[in-house]
Amino acid sequence: MIAFSVNGKRVDLDLEPSTPLLWVIREQLGLTGTKYGCGMAQCGACTVHINGEAVRSCVAPVSRAAGKSVTTIEGLSPDLSNALQLAWLEVDVPQCGYCQSGQLMSAAVLLRDKPTPTDDDIDEAMTGNICRCGTYPRIRRAIHRAAEMAKAGAR
Amino acid sequence: MIGLRNGLERVSRKTSAGIERRDFLKVSIAASGGLLIGFHFPGVRTLASAQQSALGAFMPNAFVRIGSDERITVIVNHSEMGQGVYTSLPMLLADELDADWSKVSYEPAPVDPKYNHPAFGMQITGGSSSVWSGLDQFRQAGAGARAMLVAAAAQQWNVDASTLRTESGAVLNRSSRLTYGQLAAAAAKLTPPEHVQLKDPKNFKLIGKPIKRLDTSVKLNGQAEFGIDVKLPGMLNAVIARPPIFGAKMKSFDDARARSMPGVRKIVAIPAGVAVIADTFWQAKVARDALRVEWDEGSMRDFDTGKMMRDFRDRAKTPGTSVRKDGDAEHALANSAKKIEAVYEVPYLSHLMMEPLNCTVDLRADSCEVWTGSQFQTVDRANAAKVAGLPNEKVQLHTTFLGGGFGRRANPQSDFVVEAVYVAKAAGVPVKVIWTREDDMAGGWYRPAFLHAIEGGIDASGNAVSWKSTLVGQSIMAGTPFAAMMLKGKAYDPASVEGVDDLPYAIPNITVESHQAEVGVPVQWLRSVGHSHTAFAVECFVDELAALAGKDPYQFRRALLQKQPRYLGVLDLAAQKAGWDKPLAKGMARGIAVHFAFGSYSAHVVEVSVEDNKVRVHRMVCAIDCGQYVNPGIIAAQTEGGAIFGASAALFQELTFENGRLQQTNFNTFPVMRMNECPEIETHIVENNEKAGGIGEPGVPCAAPAIANAIFAVTGKRIRRLPIRMTEAV
Repeated sequence: MIAFSVNGKRVDLDLEPSTPLLWVIREQLGLTGTKYGCGMAQCGACTVHINGEAVRSCVAPVSRAAGKSVTTIEGLSPDLSNALQLAWLEVDVPQCGYCQSGQLMSAAVLLRDKPTPTDDDIDEAMTGNICRCGTYPRIRRAIHRAAEMAKAGAR
Repeated sequence: MIGLRNGLERVSRKTSAGIERRDFLKVSIAASGGLLIGFHFPGVRTLASAQQSALGAFMPNAFVRIGSDERITVIVNHSEMGQGVYTSLPMLLADELDADWSKVSYEPAPVDPKYNHPAFGMQITGGSSSVWSGLDQFRQAGAGARAMLVAAAAQQWNVDASTLRTESGAVLNRSSRLTYGQLAAAAAKLTPPEHVQLKDPKNFKLIGKPIKRLDTSVKLNGQAEFGIDVKLPGMLNAVIARPPIFGAKMKSFDDARARSMPGVRKIVAIPAGVAVIADTFWQAKVARDALRVEWDEGSMRDFDTGKMMRDFRDRAKTPGTSVRKDGDAEHALANSAKKIEAVYEVPYLSHLMMEPLNCTVDLRADSCEVWTGSQFQTVDRANAAKVAGLPNEKVQLHTTFLGGGFGRRANPQSDFVVEAVYVAKAAGVPVKVIWTREDDMAGGWYRPAFLHAIEGGIDASGNAVSWKSTLVGQSIMAGTPFAAMMLKGKAYDPASVEGVDDLPYAIPNITVESHQAEVGVPVQWLRSVGHSHTAFAVECFVDELAALAGKDPYQFRRALLQKQPRYLGVLDLAAQKAGWDKPLAKGMARGIAVHFAFGSYSAHVVEVSVEDNKVRVHRMVCAIDCGQYVNPGIIAAQTEGGAIFGASAALFQELTFENGRLQQTNFNTFPVMRMNECPEIETHIVENNEKAGGIGEPGVPCAAPAIANAIFAVTGKRIRRLPIRMTEAV
């Protein structure tokens, strides 16, 4: 049995401890917002938070989450009220949208650690997240915008 | 906003319920009590078996459903793969309908001839054609629905319809107002008008404005359902061991270890390879990796891309099939004051959609349902039906969101759909096949590798007088069921030479010849197709001619484009916005390129620096002329994305083969531009009233030549092979 919490709910799972957290989240827990892109921590589509840190869940064995708190895109906010989601809406960031869960989860950790990120900070935090559609310029704009919104009171 | 997941489950549960004939009245009362023009939605599955003729007559109005709850659902016959069709096509309809935009949502169309692409005659998303081909279709559908709602209100008020007007989802009398929801049931009883008046463009409220996309919020909270997310009750998952070499055949396999692994239900040989069916993807993947398969490697066992390109180079020295001949290029070349020749090479490329290929199939005795991100519904359904042994109308294909398409999900053989139907046959229960990233990259259907040999000459005053291009590469269309239609009797594949066959420069002597290479690597259209390599060769060579003439590359192009106002328009706009004549910091330089593709004109000016043989693109200024347009916000996004797509290929990407085996496996060996490498990008749109062109692909072609030309400007080194390697000798 491996026990941890996902988006605030406790889960107890009986499965192979080496199973990547990504596939546990997607297949056992049915939370399909976290995406598979590469399986080797190259693209960032699978980014989730474990105890608040951005983790590439495709290479993290589920055992790594034991006793910890996991947040997925579904847990970022209940109602699109997170400053990043608001900014992403305002800037109209996504194209195909497949990578955006991972982009948002990486950006969330960036903004928590650096509430007013510079372009260099954004490069550093977001370079592990690939977008094949090429939404990077809008992601950059939206992160700056989210920083402003957060200061103005958005969560 | 549509809950796609619920929609899918609803449809799949409805499948056994027979929808009676009366549900297929031309205009029916929808289950919600609203006005449904064209077809009855939850019954989509049975729609296909209804009388095609009665439904066929309603094709122009098959695109909208208006609920008594005021919801306006636009049924979109093109796939949403990032390019914005779930927004731009509803905008067309909603504008003519005078809908309240906040009530508008989208829904993917089922497979039905009335959703065929008006120009291509089948259901397909490709060729940057969704908006221009849907312009009339969606506007007519909106205007037709509006006319019926107005007629219903006129009846209710007992007034002449011509005295009424519409605004924001309601019909207005002098003093009264009826909403579309209130009128839906009454309007559903009326006969659709045969002719409708479309709006004067000056009255557009949505068209031409940067309206926000309708599909954004579901892409920010995990709700958007892509093919890979589909889940059916009792569904199993499968991963397939496919041949390591193109054309290899499975001889035998040893599944002793794999069979006993957790969750494994069945291991079975199918035409595509050996499928491992398990409870979960991960179990199937681990067991697949434990399989030992012996392959008959076949004729591609020694295939080597280095040798192939050397063969291409030799072949380019021989006469090819004539594509274009203006004047006498050979004679003019022999008599030119100065001449130059160059050979350009581009490699095989993978589409590399972020969402790897996948397909879910529920195959029953007398029906088959397929869920996938398809760009090619008509063909995918027909190919699935063939394998299922069912008539087409017994197969329903549900189009999910596509996690990128770029052409890969429009496969003439429906490779990823067909194999999933074979797996479903073996599984006996619903099954989802997922390709790993490595499977996807090794799976073929690449942008073909190409070689362009070009010779050109200038006269004593520096005017270009001769151009001869010889291309060598595989045909995309040859050998497909569409060859006859697409080749149109030509002895060469137009998709191989597009972008050089229409060389716009005023050069009196032009020869273009093509060689079709026969190589056993499956090739396919990739975003911007032939233009992805012709623009590179042509625009780099124009730059070489400019240098030969000692002229500024922008002015050199201008002089040769005096009779091409739209080329000139984007060229001037990009140059002006980039400040072509303004000095840059030391170590930086600009490059320029211009190209026409998919009905639109595009020009890029880029700024690069090169340090320690590392190229850095700092800024890309893009000008685009796509004629009449619908959503400038989406145009900017597509142009930026296209530039990044083209720059990724130019800077990083190639697929190579040694001993028949692909050498690249994942993003680490086939890189994509990342945030820290992404330049500043600006898009400037030319305003005019020309025929609408495409936008998904035209942003791609100029990136590579503009970057290569900038590298020349800053280093003096010509780039003639992609991806760019500064250490490589020219």
